[in-house]
Amino acid sequence: MSEVVVSFRDVTKAFPRMEAPALDAVSGEIRTGLITGLAGPDGAGKTTLLRLIAGLMEADAGTVRTLDFDPIADAARIRGEIGYMPQKFGLYEDLTVQENLNLHADLRQVVGEEREDSFERLLDFTDLRDFTGRLAGKLSGGMKQKLGLACALLGKPRLLLLDEPGVGVDPISRRELWRKVEELVDRGIAVVWSTAYLDEAELCGTTLVLNEGRKLFDGTPAEIAEPLRGRCYHLRQPGEGKRRLLTAALLRSEVTDGTIQGHNLRLTFRSGVSPFPPGEIGASDEAEWDPVKPRFEDAFIDMLGGGPPGESPLAAQTREIPLDGETVIEARGLTKKFGDFTATDHVDFAVRRGEIFGLLGPNGAGKSTTFKMMCGLLVPTAGTATVVGLDLRHSAGKARQRLGYMAQKFSLYGNLTVSQNLAFFSGIYGIHGRAQRKRIGEMIEIFHLAPFLDSRTDSLSLGYKQRLALACSLMHEPDLLFLDEPTSGVDPVTRREFWTHINGLVERGVTIMVTTHFMDEAEYCDRIGLVFRGRLIANGTPDELKQSAATESRPDPTMEDAFIALVTGKESETA
Amino acid sequence: MNHSRFSLRRLRALCWKETLQIFRDPSSNLIAFILPLMLMFVFGFGINLDSSALRVGLLDEATGTESHGFSAALRASPWLEMSDYESRSRLEQDLVDSRIRGFVVIPQDFSRRLKDPSDTAPVQVVADGSEPNTAQFVGAYVNGVWQTWLAQRAADRGETREREVMLVPRYWFNPAATSRNFLIPGSITVIMTVIGALLTSLVVAREWERGTMEALLSSPVTRAELMLSKVLPYYALGMFSLLLCVATARWLLGVPFRGTLLALIVVGTFFLLSVLGIGLAISTATRNQFNAAQAALNAAFLPAVMLSGFIYEISSMPPALRAFTHLIPARYFVSAIQTLFQAGSLWHALWPQIVALMIASAFFLGLTARLTRRRMD
Repeated sequence: MSEVVVSFRDVTKAFPRMEAPALDAVSGEIRTGLITGLAGPDGAGKTTLLRLIAGLMEADAGTVRTLDFDPIADAARIRGEIGYMPQKFGLYEDLTVQENLNLHADLRQVVGEEREDSFERLLDFTDLRDFTGRLAGKLSGGMKQKLGLACALLGKPRLLLLDEPGVGVDPISRRELWRKVEELVDRGIAVVWSTAYLDEAELCGTTLVLNEGRKLFDGTPAEIAEPLRGRCYHLRQPGEGKRRLLTAALLRSEVTDGTIQGHNLRLTFRSGVSPFPPGEIGASDEAEWDPVKPRFEDAFIDMLGGGPPGESPLAAQTREIPLDGETVIEARGLTKKFGDFTATDHVDFAVRRGEIFGLLGPNGAGKSTTFKMMCGLLVPTAGTATVVGLDLRHSAGKARQRLGYMAQKFSLYGNLTVSQNLAFFSGIYGIHGRAQRKRIGEMIEIFHLAPFLDSRTDSLSLGYKQRLALACSLMHEPDLLFLDEPTSGVDPVTRREFWTHINGLVERGVTIMVTTHFMDEAEYCDRIGLVFRGRLIANGTPDELKQSAATESRPDPTMEDAFIALVTGKESETA
Repeated sequence: MNHSRFSLRRLRALCWKETLQIFRDPSSNLIAFILPLMLMFVFGFGINLDSSALRVGLLDEATGTESHGFSAALRASPWLEMSDYESRSRLEQDLVDSRIRGFVVIPQDFSRRLKDPSDTAPVQVVADGSEPNTAQFVGAYVNGVWQTWLAQRAADRGETREREVMLVPRYWFNPAATSRNFLIPGSITVIMTVIGALLTSLVVAREWERGTMEALLSSPVTRAELMLSKVLPYYALGMFSLLLCVATARWLLGVPFRGTLLALIVVGTFFLLSVLGIGLAISTATRNQFNAAQAALNAAFLPAVMLSGFIYEISSMPPALRAFTHLIPARYFVSAIQTLFQAGSLWHALWPQIVALMIASAFFLGLTARLTRRRMD
């Protein structure tokens, strides 16, 4: 009953001025009856593959068959049969919901009775009936995606291509969108859902995982996790010093990969070896191994030959900052209003020296606004932001000399070379002469930047851009490091390496404040503040937050479960 | 194959969308409605190439009735604002400080030499050559007063002095030689270029930047529909703006318009199509609003100001530049619309311009069509 609607063989697509092809001999197929996941970090080739399938681009080599047609030669035949939702919101923000629907209905020649029926059906399906007169630009992230879905569904397509529909959407709306898409699958539509989040891909019926233009693996979640079976463990109650324990564990030859999960460690072992006694890495006596289900991310890293080493060369080059237990970052009643809109609403938190504090929340929740006030880039409407005892309202300049800032999307100068960026960022922090040469040299060595020194920063891969951005923010050896969405879209191996550095810095006494919408990344933090609609709705250790959402039917909730439970609890309170 | 056929319904839907966007986007509103009026008034009132009442110093070293008569004539001139000086050094100082534009010195022996039939009486005129245009005016006005005064003097004395040749200029088409009457039609060219090229250069690029183009391309839209949906709404907007400008010029600024509406529409249509073509071609090629705006500024706006003959005479440009102006559609429109305003619908004079604009429209719209892709690569 499941029917193959798209098949592609050895498709290759290269773009000018890019060293590696965007897609390199990728094969696969898409069937009805299930959601096909298309997963991989940014730059893996997901969007290019979707565009090839939709006939928006022509492959350099290989064959693509979409709905039994050549998508280029017979483009006109398949266009009416495909619903395509581009990654950037492909609708007109200055048109209302109804005007967008009208436009797409006309474009697809949906007229007469069919048109009215479709509008009725889709407005019900997406719960947008009450918002038909609202400008699309004024919708929330989740509603935008639903409108995009509604427009893509006009004309009853047989194939639905969704390019990263989960981006910019809070977890609750994302689950809702997922359920809607599952309904479509039940009606016989073939669906492709692309995502940079491997945990999202795990929910798909079958998934094609791409990395740097190549297919890493494909299959059902069970098939993909199969090689990892019996190799993944949680080390529960490891005791104090989880970061040092992780470093020790990763040094052992039988461990291929490891992360921090709240208070616990999560390790992947070589196949065929059993876990070592926890005491051997200095864990507490109560520590015990608990086998856990492998995840896509484990499989991804395993396919690439394991995670990076656990020791950070960066930490070795960082001066020791004595842990004095002092509060170094503090927000009191922090509020920021933009006109009528309150982006940050009476937020309070305090971070002690040597801690990792995370602000977690969906896009548009107010994380970045809060964050920018904490580094003196925005002046609060009310309340105070203090960093190392300095009020940012009065002494932002002085405070900035003590803090490092790594902006979202790595604000580097794309048309400068790597070495020019390093020289510029060390220069603006007042490092000159011999000290500057020494520091730049260290950074080049730590982050392996030597082969790229004369390359334009634009031409680097996302992973190297991130390394360079971190290097630039650490030039002046700051006491505090502010990281705004530091790893979004970056592949899991680079992300591991990044956190190894961060953990190393924390061990030397650097204090970290990080924003993220990655539920997974929150696990690295010592404490997390959950931000939703401008408010800090919860504040605690990852384990505390997860525990607060535990129920009998769900004794071991994920961070995302916890988030949803907290938000929905909050919503029923205000309702 | 019915999916790939041209559909009026789709075209209408796309045009309607474009129209809604024009009215809702503040920057489009600004460029389409506010900017034209602002430019009209700037060119109408702010820029004035006529020179009136130049400040000129006067040093009368002679003290006879003759010199008094001449200085009285100078003071009576509506074009000169004379102020009296006692010394040459003050005159020079004030000229250096730009307090006066030039000065006139009547020498001590003025009366005597004027009476001597074998001699000529010199009058010194010094003008500030750092502003050549103004300096020319100073020279010409003083000379004019001099000639008139001499003639008057001769008549008063009943002398049948041998008449020199008298030049009596008459300005056809613009009898008062008011520069506004040719600046305003020229400024309409600039306004139409702003709407036609600058505004449209942004619209296709914006669709690429915002990802809406990707959504459009994945629908059954055809290339012709895509292109027409950009040309038609902006054509309508541009024509509206043209009529608004002409009406403002005629009734608010009092610039005479001697042509017919038909001629205006014909000339306007082909100019507008050519600049729309430039704007759309740029936008389609760059796919980026910032680059498109830069390119439109350099490819359409600046040539329309500098090389169209609107302010700077084409005939006084070096030959290479003069040849280059033939490639600029604005040049033909400036000439045509000045004809329409000042001379009327002289079809035999307009045809060459119209043909040139037709060729330009065909070229740039054809280029846009070539650049318009049905795919993303």
